[in-house]
Amino acid sequence: MENLERTCASLRAQISATETKLAGLRRELESAEKAAIDIRKQEDTKTEEENKDRETRTWPLLAEEYRRYGRQMIVPQLGLQGQLKLRSSRVLIVGAGGLGCPAAQYLAGAGVGTLGLVDGDTVEFSNLHRQVLHRRRTVGKFKVDSAIEYLQELNHHSTYIPYRAHLTPQDAPEIFKNYDLILDCTDKPATRYLISDTAVLLGKPLVSASALRTEGQLMVLNNPPRPAGDATGGPCYRCVFPKPPPANSVVSCADGGILGPVVGTMGLLQALEAIKVIAASDSTPRHPPSLLIFSAYSSPQFRTIKLRSRRANCAVCSAEANVSLDTLKSGSTDYEFFCGTATPETLLSPEERISPQEYRARHPDTFAAGTTPAADGKHTMIDVREKVQFDICNIDNSINIPISSILSSRPTPAAEDGIPAPLPSWLPRDIASPDSTDPVYVVCRLGNDSQVAVKRLKELGLDRGGQRFIGDIQGGLHAWRRQVDPEWPEY
Amino acid sequence: MATSVPGKNDSGAISITVEFTGGLEMLFSNERKHNVAIPAQLSDGSRPNIAYLLQYLVDNVMKDERKELFILEDNVRPGILVLINDADWELEGEEKYELQQGDNIVFVSTLHGG
Repeated sequence: MENLERTCASLRAQISATETKLAGLRRELESAEKAAIDIRKQEDTKTEEENKDRETRTWPLLAEEYRRYGRQMIVPQLGLQGQLKLRSSRVLIVGAGGLGCPAAQYLAGAGVGTLGLVDGDTVEFSNLHRQVLHRRRTVGKFKVDSAIEYLQELNHHSTYIPYRAHLTPQDAPEIFKNYDLILDCTDKPATRYLISDTAVLLGKPLVSASALRTEGQLMVLNNPPRPAGDATGGPCYRCVFPKPPPANSVVSCADGGILGPVVGTMGLLQALEAIKVIAASDSTPRHPPSLLIFSAYSSPQFRTIKLRSRRANCAVCSAEANVSLDTLKSGSTDYEFFCGTATPETLLSPEERISPQEYRARHPDTFAAGTTPAADGKHTMIDVREKVQFDICNIDNSINIPISSILSSRPTPAAEDGIPAPLPSWLPRDIASPDSTDPVYVVCRLGNDSQVAVKRLKELGLDRGGQRFIGDIQGGLHAWRRQVDPEWPEY
Repeated sequence: MATSVPGKNDSGAISITVEFTGGLEMLFSNERKHNVAIPAQLSDGSRPNIAYLLQYLVDNVMKDERKELFILEDNVRPGILVLINDADWELEGEEKYELQQGDNIVFVSTLHGG
């Protein structure tokens, strides 16, 4: 009992001591909180004063813009004045592909006030390796919408204007007139002439670039943009190329191929030249017109070529001009006609062509697993794609004779009265064997080159006056995939 | 680099470099750079000019039969720029420019991809 009473007394003493300590802590907390509130109040007043100060001293850019553009503004060639010029500038980018994407990305990043984008195409998977604004989830969308989605996230200070259609002579002047500078990021000669003509007629400088495989070219045209007939203005696209190239000599990226960083380099250089033109001051040195050639696998990789000045009889920028806004809008300046079209013709008759399906019906054994070359009775499948494409994927037991080797050799006249024509070096001897009547099929990617090749083989007399079938696979490997082999890799 | 030497008498020859880019090299055995030696004086006493060089290239250097992809109507086809020592040939007198020892002549096919 005595023990318990002692324990109770001890506990009471401890509680009382702890309560005193607790009261002390409460007082401390109260004064600390009071101090914190006071400091916060002071700080608030300071910010208010700062804000007032900002209202009275008007800075030309927003605080965020100073941070955003600081690194480029401290470059003497740009400076604050250059930045302000960029912000009030309006740049039109025609083409939102391999050139247009990097160009738009860097111009939006640099703070160009208004960027217009023209393109009627939608995003495809085959674009993603080089058209850096488009992403997996925007496949199928208009390229301009896909690009603007990215640009908005990058820099919301700029205004982006989409034009979801291919440029036409009727619309071009209406669109161009709202811009200060044009970037030609397109891929067809007809559009390139249209862009240059419109730029000249509306007095806009033009930065033009192109790329294919491992090479690129860049020109700043109509700079300075003087009126037609003024020889001190910069040359236009027609001054450099008065006549378009033959349509059959024009190779697209889809057919010839393109390395992403090659076309990307050219797009970046376009953005750079655009910034130089926009931010130019009186002290900026002016260089004579030039063509920059980039060749990724040559040494040196870059070379600059001095170009001519305006052509005295240029159809657009000279005193003798016959292209005007009226001829553009009325359609009498016909760009498609001027540049021609290399529309694939049908060279062969229906009897000389068979579909992949028919081919399978005629040679079912070729499709059975484990069979050897043309085990069903002999036939030959010639694939006329270039070797690099043949190496990506090919039909079992087909042989490769690239169309370029066929075309680069002299066409041989048909054999005359028993005297056989000399055989070209690209033709394997066993196919040419005079007693063979085994059928020959020719295949290519889309069914155009294969027709040309069939014609050549027949000119060599290989069809024995009709005894031997020589024909092409209609629709090429594209149709092959649809009709007989859904697993065929399409590249 | 491919080298091509004409005829018998090299004593009166000048050598120049000829380059092909923009895809034109495919018509010239896939070689971008060719060293070409041409006579310093032609049989009629004139000096060889670019027009002579064009014909010389077609006859002696170009193995591809698609001549029309390089020459049309006796001139380079539209879409090919000729550069004489890094300047557009239009600044130098075009096909009448007389070749000098050591000249660098570049044929550039315009690209259109983008």
